[in-house]
Amino acid sequence: MKLVSYMSQWRGIAKEAMDRTAIAVKFLCCLHITDTYFCSPTHVYGPSMLPTLNMVGDIVLVEHVSQRLGKVRHGDLVVIRSPLDPKRCLTKRIMGMEGDTVTYFDPMLGDATRVAVVPKGHVWIQGDNIFASHDSRHFGPVPYGLIQGKVFFRVWPLDCLGVPGQ
Amino acid sequence: MGSSSFLWNFTKKFVTFGIITVTVSDRYVTVVPVRGGSMSPTLNPKTSSSAGNFSDDYVLVEKFCVDKYRFSHGDVVVFSSPLNHKERHIKRIVALSGEWFGSRQNYDVLKVPEGHCWVEGDNAAFSMDSKSFGPIPLGLIRGRVTHVVWPPQRIGAIQSPPRERLSSL
Repeated sequence: MKLVSYMSQWRGIAKEAMDRTAIAVKFLCCLHITDTYFCSPTHVYGPSMLPTLNMVGDIVLVEHVSQRLGKVRHGDLVVIRSPLDPKRCLTKRIMGMEGDTVTYFDPMLGDATRVAVVPKGHVWIQGDNIFASHDSRHFGPVPYGLIQGKVFFRVWPLDCLGVPGQ
Repeated sequence: MGSSSFLWNFTKKFVTFGIITVTVSDRYVTVVPVRGGSMSPTLNPKTSSSAGNFSDDYVLVEKFCVDKYRFSHGDVVVFSSPLNHKERHIKRIVALSGEWFGSRQNYDVLKVPEGHCWVEGDNAAFSMDSKSFGPIPLGLIRGRVTHVVWPPQRIGAIQSPPRERLSSL
């Protein structure tokens, strides 16, 4: 008799633990799906986007829908995986889509302007602060598949709340 | 009343199953079909020219390697094509970043740039790979192929690179 009550007590505890775990798993799965398919917060810092984003660090919202649908356009602010170090992400502005001719100018290499054609399936990215940005001017056009998402809203600092660059 | 609650329960189960499946296939493992003969004889050893035949291999792709981007020679990887981001290709890594690599086509020796790798199909004659689009950034890699899971007579792990390829390096 004692054993039966002991067993039923254990069964109740195990059932409750299973339920809690299931809820946690579902929550984490939902989080993963929102993060990868819809929108996620990102912390961006560094001098390369200076007039648009602050140097010390902004928190921006990145949406992943338009990149999947192929709707990323010239002039969009994107988060892109660095072609040189896949663990790092860069925030840059798209200056040319595939087939565009880009005229660029690098103050580090002299005054001459150069011209490049963006090959198929690639984009040309550049920082807004051309003096302190490591971008397509150095490593060339990057494949579209490296784009992680498009920056569409800034949430921190609070006085800059809104669409960046406006 | 009864049927609507049944419907509600069914939908709830279905959605739960869906989100768990998507999460697991995004983060951990997934199964994808292989089309085309560019990796023959490792995958799809006898492909006829007709598309969508029943002898397509299904392979297990693990995504753990993408967290650290640590790959080795001879890994078979899935990556999104640098020419068209909607396409996925399956090829074998032949050289990693910073290595000197001699291609067999024109006897050039070239250095794979930092953060890139050189991928080639096992079937060199019918393969669209780094010989046509150059080295690819590691960031494009979506996973590593580890096993063939279908058809049943071909279940097993992926072999390391074919011997003749090793001797040519």
